[in-house]
Amino acid sequence: MSRVPSSHLDAAAVNRPLRGRVAIAGAATYGCGESPGMDDMTLLVRAAQAAVADAGLTMQDIDGLATCSVNASMWTMPVIEHLGINPTYVDGTMIGGSSFIAHLLPAMRALEAGQCKAVLVCYGSAQRSASFGRKESVAARRFMDPQPYETPYEPVLPVTAYALAAARHMHEFGTTRTQLAEVAVAARAWAQMNPEAFMRDPLTIEDVLSARPIASPLTVRDCCLVTDGGGAIVLTRADRARDLPKPPVYVLGNATAIWNRQISCMPDLTTTAAAQSGAQAFAMAGLRAADMDMAQVYDAFTINTLLFLEDLGFCAKGEGGAFVQGGGIAPGGRLAVNTNGGGLSCVHPGMYGIFALIEAVRQLRGEAGTRQLGHHRTAVVHGNGGTLSSQSTAVLGTAEAL
Amino acid sequence: MHLSAHSHYQAELDAGRFCIQHCPQCQRHVFTPRELCPHCGASGLRWVRAGGLGTVYSTSTIARKVDAGGNYNVALIDLDEGVRMMSRVEGVAPEAVAMGQRVQAHVAHKDGRGLVLFTPVREGGAP
Ligand SMILES: [Zn+2]
Repeated sequence: MSRVPSSHLDAAAVNRPLRGRVAIAGAATYGCGESPGMDDMTLLVRAAQAAVADAGLTMQDIDGLATCSVNASMWTMPVIEHLGINPTYVDGTMIGGSSFIAHLLPAMRALEAGQCKAVLVCYGSAQRSASFGRKESVAARRFMDPQPYETPYEPVLPVTAYALAAARHMHEFGTTRTQLAEVAVAARAWAQMNPEAFMRDPLTIEDVLSARPIASPLTVRDCCLVTDGGGAIVLTRADRARDLPKPPVYVLGNATAIWNRQISCMPDLTTTAAAQSGAQAFAMAGLRAADMDMAQVYDAFTINTLLFLEDLGFCAKGEGGAFVQGGGIAPGGRLAVNTNGGGLSCVHPGMYGIFALIEAVRQLRGEAGTRQLGHHRTAVVHGNGGTLSSQSTAVLGTAEAL
Repeated sequence: MHLSAHSHYQAELDAGRFCIQHCPQCQRHVFTPRELCPHCGASGLRWVRAGGLGTVYSTSTIARKVDAGGNYNVALIDLDEGVRMMSRVEGVAPEAVAMGQRVQAHVAHKDGRGLVLFTPVREGGAP
C-alpha cells in the first residue's frame, strides 16, 4: 500500500558530536504499582525529589525541565510551580509513551550549549487509583483530539491497533500465539526478581493463551498493566556527572521518528518507525544492536517487543517470534529484555518510557539486585507512543563504552 | 463556504456516497481526507467516487459481552485505489474475516450519519 518513509538525516554526522557529552546522573521511581490517595503531581514530585537526591544535587540546582502528561496539555507549568524551580530550558513535548526518551536529545543540545546545567526529566500518573482514570480520559480525548476515521468503527484503543499489527505479523511471517505469549512469560520471569514489579505470580504460556480474549489475537495477558507510578532522571554534562556521587550513565545516541498517528495510516503494520529511530540512534552512538548488553523496549503489548527487536536490528524482519521462543528473552536467554518486568508485569502508569530508562540506569550502574546482569556496559532503550505512532530510541553506556 | 475535508467526506457519506480524494499533480488517491497531498504536497485534491472494492489487510475480533451486542470485527481494508482505511466487515462471523479476502464497500447509516462498511465478495467475483 503506502511506502515506508525514509529519512535523509545523517545522524552519525549531525549528532555524533553530542555522543557521550551528557550523562544520566540521577534516577528514581516512586509509588510504582498501587498508590491510593496519590495523584499524578504527588507521584511526579516524589520521584523527582528522589532522582535529584540520587544525583547529589538539590532541587535549586535544577534549571532544565522536560515533562508531559496524558491529561494536562500545559503540564510543565504546574510542575514548575510545584517544584519551585525557575528553569532556563523547558520541554513539554508530548508524543505519548516515548516522550521521555525523546526528551533526551534536545536536553543534550541545551546542556551542551550552556543554556542550562541540570535537566530533570519527570513523570507521574495515578492512573490506577485516580477517580479520573483511563476510561474518562479516553472519553474526553475523543472530543479534544478526535480520530473521525477510526472512532465510528469502535476500535478499543489502543489494544485494537496492536491486535491488528499482531494479526498481520502472524499472517506475513507465521508468528504464532505461543511466540507472542513467550514475551509475556519472559517479562513475568524478570518481574519475579524485581521487588518493585506489580505482578509477580508465576505465569505460563498456557495462562496467557487461555486468558480472557480482548482483541484477537491478543488476550488480557498480552496487554500492559494499568498501575500508578512516578519516575524521574537528572541529566548533566558528562564532565559534571563525573564529579557527582553515582557512576555516570552516558547518553551515546538518541533519535525520534514519527510516521503516523492512527493505526489505519501506518504504512506497513509490521515495520515501525523504530527502524528509523533505531538506525539513527545507533549511528550517533557508533554501535550496533549486537553491541548491546540489554534491551529495554516499550512492551505495551506482546507484539511490541517482537516488532522492536526486529526494527532495532536484533534479528531480521519476521524473525522476532523465533528470537523470543524457548525463553530467548527470559532470564538466561540470548538477550536480556525488559529486565524489570516491563510494562507487561512491572509498571505501566499511562506512559512507560521513563521506566525503561530508569531500569537501564539501574542495570548499567550494577544496582539491579538479584536480576543484575553480568555484562552491563551498554543498553538500548526504546520508547513507543500512541498506537505504534511515535518511536524514540536511546543508546546508553557506562564509562567503558565511551 | 469552504468545507473542511472531513466535513466534505462526511456530507457525501450522509448522502449515501463514498468518496475519496485524488491528487491532480501526482495522480495518486488520498485517504484519510486532508487539505494537502501527503505524497507531493499539492493542494487542490479532487473528490472522486471510490470504486468500493478492496482487500482485507488486517482484522481483529473485538471481545464484547453478549448483552452488549457480542463480538464484532474491526478491519483495515486496502482499497483498489491504493489507500487504506479502517472499517468493519459484516455479513460474516467476525472471526471468519480473513486477510487477503476481497470485500465490497457500502454506505450504511448509524445515528443518521453515513458510514462505510464492507461485506465479503462471493467467489466468482460478483458481490
Ligand atoms: Zn500528489
